[in-house]
Amino acid sequence: MKEEVSVTATLRQALGMLGLLTLLTGVVYPLVMTGLARLTMSSRADGNPMVLAGQLVGSELVGQSFDDPQHFWGRPSATEPVPYRADASSGSNLSPFGKAFHEQAAARTDALRKADPGNNTPVPIDLVTASASGLDPHISPQAAYYQASRVAHARAISVDRVRQLVDDHLERPTWGFLGQPRVNVLMLNLALEQELLDRPKPSRGAQ
Amino acid sequence: MSGQDFAQIGFYLLVLLAAVKPLGAYAARVYSDGNPPFDWVLGPVERIIYRAGGVTAKAEMTWKQYAFALLAFNGAGFLALYFSLRLQGLLPFNPRGFVGIEPHRAFNITASFVTNTNWQNYGGETTLSYFSQMVGLTVQNFVSAATGMAVLAALARGIARRGTEMIGNFWVDLTRTTLHILLPLSAMLTIALVSQGVVQNLSDYRPATTLEGGQELLPMGPAASQIAIKQLGTNGGGFFNVNSAHPLENPTPVSNLLQMLAILLIPTALCYTFGRMVGDVRQGWALLAAMALVFVPCVLVTVWLESGANPTLADLPIDQGLGNMEGKETRFGVVNSALWGVSTTAASNGSVNSMHDSFTPLGGLVPMFLMQLGEVVFGGVGSGLYGMLMFVIFSVFLAGLMVGRTPEYLGKKVEAFEVKMASIAVLTPPAVVLLGAAIATATPDGLSGVQEAGPHGLSEILYAFSSMGNNNGSAFAGYGANTPTTNMTGAIAMLAARYWVALPALAIAGSLAKKKLLPAGPGTLPTHSLLFIFFLSGVVVVVGALAFVPALALGPIAEHLVVAGN
Repeated sequence: MKEEVSVTATLRQALGMLGLLTLLTGVVYPLVMTGLARLTMSSRADGNPMVLAGQLVGSELVGQSFDDPQHFWGRPSATEPVPYRADASSGSNLSPFGKAFHEQAAARTDALRKADPGNNTPVPIDLVTASASGLDPHISPQAAYYQASRVAHARAISVDRVRQLVDDHLERPTWGFLGQPRVNVLMLNLALEQELLDRPKPSRGAQ
Repeated sequence: MSGQDFAQIGFYLLVLLAAVKPLGAYAARVYSDGNPPFDWVLGPVERIIYRAGGVTAKAEMTWKQYAFALLAFNGAGFLALYFSLRLQGLLPFNPRGFVGIEPHRAFNITASFVTNTNWQNYGGETTLSYFSQMVGLTVQNFVSAATGMAVLAALARGIARRGTEMIGNFWVDLTRTTLHILLPLSAMLTIALVSQGVVQNLSDYRPATTLEGGQELLPMGPAASQIAIKQLGTNGGGFFNVNSAHPLENPTPVSNLLQMLAILLIPTALCYTFGRMVGDVRQGWALLAAMALVFVPCVLVTVWLESGANPTLADLPIDQGLGNMEGKETRFGVVNSALWGVSTTAASNGSVNSMHDSFTPLGGLVPMFLMQLGEVVFGGVGSGLYGMLMFVIFSVFLAGLMVGRTPEYLGKKVEAFEVKMASIAVLTPPAVVLLGAAIATATPDGLSGVQEAGPHGLSEILYAFSSMGNNNGSAFAGYGANTPTTNMTGAIAMLAARYWVALPALAIAGSLAKKKLLPAGPGTLPTHSLLFIFFLSGVVVVVGALAFVPALALGPIAEHLVVAGN
């Protein structure tokens, strides 16, 4: 008889404690955090939106699709059904020793070569491999410099000017050693548009 | 490997090491009989919870009562999560209008989050409402972690106490872990992550017109608050499909460092906590050293393997200086991806910042093998260390057999009952992994998920069950695991791996608590010596290797040899 009482008591405690901890960790905690984030860092809590001429042009952090030769291109993206689908992140998950991967790498190398026939330097690996998220906002500095001649050619401006712009947008490792050197493709392209076409200056923050 | 590579790895390990003692000592106070730290602010909340929950904080439990309370609590959590996922379409905070999750999938997700596995058979941004993420998953992120830490605290008490049947109060351990350890750390980490650009809001996804005129929909949500506990509680279930590879989940090298630190912070600190609780901190450091002895070589080997040139690309005009970048993000590069991959599988975290499926065959073997070791190299919060203590009991038994003496650990005689329980805990995960993988290779459902036929396909299956059968949660994500058979076998694997280790650990706690303390004699094997540290890590590696080398030979090793042989 005594045993039975303690069983029901334990079950009642389990339900009570679950309810209380749900309230604390599932309601109070995320809502307080949301409120704090909004109050102190609302733009960052909203994913660093970039606004161009009053219109949301994307997030500084989320890569987007570029295939115009006048723009720098980002890394290949494996999201479905289209590359850089922001609301459905995905990697290719292909084995780098597999056939499918080799075919894709070969096709991408070929396409980059065709887009820039005079450029015979080896293609940087990040331009022929799909990123983990399919939304990588960055390319390596090598990959940016590799594309400078194509962009310059397509815009009929000097390669040096384009390279200078890449120089200005290099992001170095934090504290000198943390993370990889990189270039944000959207920010670089926005700067390119602004400098060469006199488009309005993009701004961070809400619409 | 460059100087910068070593600097990133060394800095990470140093910061981690520096946190072991302060956090470990803090946690030891939380589990002690006296007033926990910050009682003046958290004490009132704690007492309100006990009163409303009908709990008498002073009442201690036997191991059976402790285990029953744990199962009742996890069972209630299971039902609540399962039905909230099934009824998602009717619940609030659902701006995308996602419908309820189908039964077998909901069963798998629920088993996954209640057991601290956090295997994802879904893409967060395309499947789950904010209600499901917050009230469903975030809650289990907290309490499954707290459950694991509670079991460890009970086991440490069982070892430290003598002549009693009582090993603590589950409700107190659960509440204090959540309130004094997990919540404050998560709140701090959330704010730090938002400062780096991790999203935290309840807004609907935002439409944008891209620079080239395309339309896109930027995903939003209360991500940072969930990611903080996902890392700290060795949970690992991402807010978005690609987990911490997503630029809104892990945007910068700093957010990456913080999340990597959070993965191993509590599992390493608990070694020191254990040392304090059993009254000999050297024991805690020895366990940490045995773990590090396996961990550090794995990091170096994986970074080296992923940095190398891919021989299959030798025929193409490609500059491979950056290493194997398929499935990796530019801001992290090979080093931070490999370091994360090893940390997340050494701990039973399972979050990823790169796609393990796209690691080189041998580079991917290392994370897989770390899981197969039973998640005891750091392992899950609490569960890693109590799993390691099962190996310790196993090891002192083996050593005792070698020299013909009665095995003992920390002054407690290790007898048949303890060895039986430890053997169940040590052998259940490998059995579950191999059985699950065997079923998958023998059923159409299991085979249909394979993305690339051949040795790599076997690797995908083996990885999936190594992950679920050890409560890790990471994946070779090319494997389509969302089929009825795989969802069900996987859920059973996760439940077995969790409770068939936790319950034997509690049984040992109860049995050891009753025993008298033996004075150390000349035949006592010192368990803090260098010899024992090497012996323990050797036992862990050998048990894992005996179970898994044949399967690994047919998967990643075969895939490597086919290419290397050409």
